Amino acid sequence: MNVTVLLFASYADALGARSLDLDVRDGATVAELLDGISARAGTGRLPPSPLVAVNQRYAKPDQALARGDEVAILPPVAGG
Amino acid sequence: MRAALRHEPLRPAALLEEVSSVSAGATVLFVGTVRDVNEGRAVTGIEYSAYEAMALAEMARITEEARSHFGVERLVLEHRVGTLALGDASVVIAVAHAHRAPALDAARYVIEELKRRVPVWKREHYADGTREWVDPANAAEPAGHVP
Repeated sequence: MNVTVLLFASYADALGARSLDLDVRDGATVAELLDGISARAGTGRLPPSPLVAVNQRYAKPDQALARGDEVAILPPVAGG
Repeated sequence: MRAALRHEPLRPAALLEEVSSVSAGATVLFVGTVRDVNEGRAVTGIEYSAYEAMALAEMARITEEARSHFGVERLVLEHRVGTLALGDASVVIAVAHAHRAPALDAARYVIEELKRRVPVWKREHYADGTREWVDPANAAEPAGHVP
């Protein structure tokens, strides 16, 4: 399945894009998605285990993804 | 309970008025502002950006937690996005409660949870013309205590 991953702030700058399109197997976990991202050119500037949100909630590495999920990888937050 | 992201200047006094009521014996107003120095570097401004949909969802979850943990009567949380000058308010929290202790604790809870969880980022602009994204993990200031 195709998953669009949203990028923000320093990660969007590092990759020169606001989103990435990845092809992963149906039911892939967050960890598998991160492996897929790390295999992509230019993603070496991301940390090995960034924060991930699925459908606007923080997700653990073993969470399974479904078609249509809104996925984002988040730099360390710095609000306030 | 209300949470919002604003692209225009925040108005702390208006939020204080919004939560005040005769049944609330204690009203707390917290205002976070852009400071002129960070980690020893002269700062001229800060650019805030957000994953807006999730930031709003997380801010709403935090305000709801504050209501259920501390029994606050009214709570408003607003965060600014965009480019801010020195002294501009970046975050405002207004809390009203019958009593002072839970009012103060709730305000502290909201700001600490916001800093820990809400997907907002800041890029500082320095006097020497450079700009950098802030990573709180590199900060000398320790994370605050959460009541």
